[in-house]
Amino acid sequence: MEHNNQTDQAEEICVEVNGLWKIFGKKAAEILNSDLRFESKETILEKTGNVMAVRDVSFSVARGEFFVIMGLSGSGKSTLIRMLLRLIDSTSGSIRVNGEDILKYNKKQLRDFRRHTTGMVFQYFGLFPHRTVLDNVAYGLRVRGVSKEERLARAQEAIETVGLKGWEDHHPSALSGGMQQRVGIARALTIDPEILLMDEPFSGLDPLIRREMQDELLELQDKVQKTIIFVTHDLHEALKLGDRIAIMRDGKIVQVGAPEDVITSPADDYVREFVQDASPSKVLTAGGIMEQPEALLYEWQGPKAALHTLKDIKEDYAFMVSRNRRQLIGLVTLKRLKAVIQNNGSFPEDAFEPDPPTTAPDVILEDLFPIAAEADYPIAVVDENGKFMGEIQISSIFENMIQGREAVDDE
Amino acid sequence: MSEFPGFMNIPLADWIDRFMDWVLANFSGVFDAIGHVFLIILLNIERFFLWVPWWLVIAFVGILAWRVMHRWTMGFVMALLLVLIGSFGYWKMAMMTLALTTSAVVVSLAVGIPVGILMAKSDSTETTIRPVLDAMQTMPSFVYLIPALMLFGLGKVPALFATLIYAIPPVIRLTNVGIRQVSQDTIEAARAFGASPRQILFDVQIPLAVPSIMVGINQTTMMALAMVVIASMIGARGLGLEVLLAINRIEVGRGVEAGLCIVFLAIIIDRITNALATRQQKSLES
Repeated sequence: MEHNNQTDQAEEICVEVNGLWKIFGKKAAEILNSDLRFESKETILEKTGNVMAVRDVSFSVARGEFFVIMGLSGSGKSTLIRMLLRLIDSTSGSIRVNGEDILKYNKKQLRDFRRHTTGMVFQYFGLFPHRTVLDNVAYGLRVRGVSKEERLARAQEAIETVGLKGWEDHHPSALSGGMQQRVGIARALTIDPEILLMDEPFSGLDPLIRREMQDELLELQDKVQKTIIFVTHDLHEALKLGDRIAIMRDGKIVQVGAPEDVITSPADDYVREFVQDASPSKVLTAGGIMEQPEALLYEWQGPKAALHTLKDIKEDYAFMVSRNRRQLIGLVTLKRLKAVIQNNGSFPEDAFEPDPPTTAPDVILEDLFPIAAEADYPIAVVDENGKFMGEIQISSIFENMIQGREAVDDE
Repeated sequence: MSEFPGFMNIPLADWIDRFMDWVLANFSGVFDAIGHVFLIILLNIERFFLWVPWWLVIAFVGILAWRVMHRWTMGFVMALLLVLIGSFGYWKMAMMTLALTTSAVVVSLAVGIPVGILMAKSDSTETTIRPVLDAMQTMPSFVYLIPALMLFGLGKVPALFATLIYAIPPVIRLTNVGIRQVSQDTIEAARAFGASPRQILFDVQIPLAVPSIMVGINQTTMMALAMVVIASMIGARGLGLEVLLAINRIEVGRGVEAGLCIVFLAIIIDRITNALATRQQKSLES
């Protein structure tokens, strides 16, 4: 299985889709049992009048994973996500959720599955215009038959989570698009589903709001750790959000992989064409381009030893780390170090550059630009525990962007 | 060649006559029962309208009109129209007419809304019921007055029945349209959260169809009121009977007076139900 954030623990499969087909039309079974099924969508439409929407799709999603399905309109992605909770019935194949084939469910089991296991967010919001924000958010629990008191309390909680406090008694039409979609997200969160299904939730929003909502969704995912299956036609969105991305074309999945895999080794011309537009500055991360410095200073070293190290590597700076965990302590510069030795200043405190630039490994290059513009020395990459991981030379940021572009172009 | 060939004649009239005889011979009990229910509804409503003091009715209508139209002038005008009806000397007649209209509307809604829902739920039901509704609205009312008389006898019941046939189609049609035009996105969302068909109907479809149903109720009420003159021919008392008598005796003044009273009632009912309908629509939009 491909790399994702949960590789440390043994991965538990949450959703497993196998050989899934969907053909719209009366001759579905006939097409499926003949060689016609290998023909292109257009040929099938011309010969039979039926529409091939999803074609032999298989993938699996681990618990807690953010799985993005990306494709252009007509690629079958919206049909696929609806099939995952049987809003659209499959022609053939299996969908296992926690090991159970949901295609075998009867009506009651299916309703229970929708009421407890999945929560869905729609591109066109799908809010109930005659209900207040609070009642909209509580709807999933109402359907389940939860008491009014409890469902309103839980809805209130979800409304606060998405930052809509104070809007409970308004009707959806009084809200902006972005706020309406927050209601949609809150409505799905209220039932505390295992799996969050999101069908192009941000496509209808203007670009600024869209970015904001993406950031908030990532923050939210940090907190709630749901299994998310997210459909989009926007590559940047897919790269930004997904632990893994499945790229769909003409009803087929043509590639599944981590964002960086998709960018650096596209599976075919279709994917390549797709990712050509992807700016490396939005894909490459600090962790991906950092290098190990030639030498580090350690906290037990004296000023003379430090000076010796700097002269040895012919640099005018070095990072100092702690003894046991390689915690970053500071950035020692040659100029300040010499002054400390001359004036008998206190070491290492006086030899440190004030406010040295640092960044986290998962920051994308684009977000390094403002730090780089201010920095006189390389940027230290530090993980969430303060451990020093590597350094980024300012010049290498731009070199990587150019190389990244060429790498995509060359293939 | 202008003669239509005789062998292609269809004796529909004979068939229908024979059918009516058969129905009368075998189902008179059923129609007696239906007629009895109609009569109970009608009598109770009429008793109520004749029991309420005139000033209370005027005050109630005035305040209601003011509340739903948000203008006290409208309340005043509506109350004034009722006062005029009283001043012309037709208060009791007007209340009887109102009772018949109200009964027809109550039965229309009780039957029409469920039928409209059934129509919205299935396309084949819709295609079957549509021509029936067309026939009910375009068939000259005298044509079904006679069978109504045969089935229910002379009096208030056939009048109510005839009024029903004429007045029920709008509420059926607009219930059907209202439910059908509920956005598929909204219904899909309810389904995605595990709502059963019943929950979808009551939580989503009917509430969102209410503005359309309200327009249907408005139209049904107006059509019921339009039937009162014709209904009076088979024994319904009220303003319609006054008009009929005035025409027979060529008393122009009396005819105009009674006619005006019907117009006033129509204006009052139309403005109030219409305001209720638009208020529903607005509450959905904002």
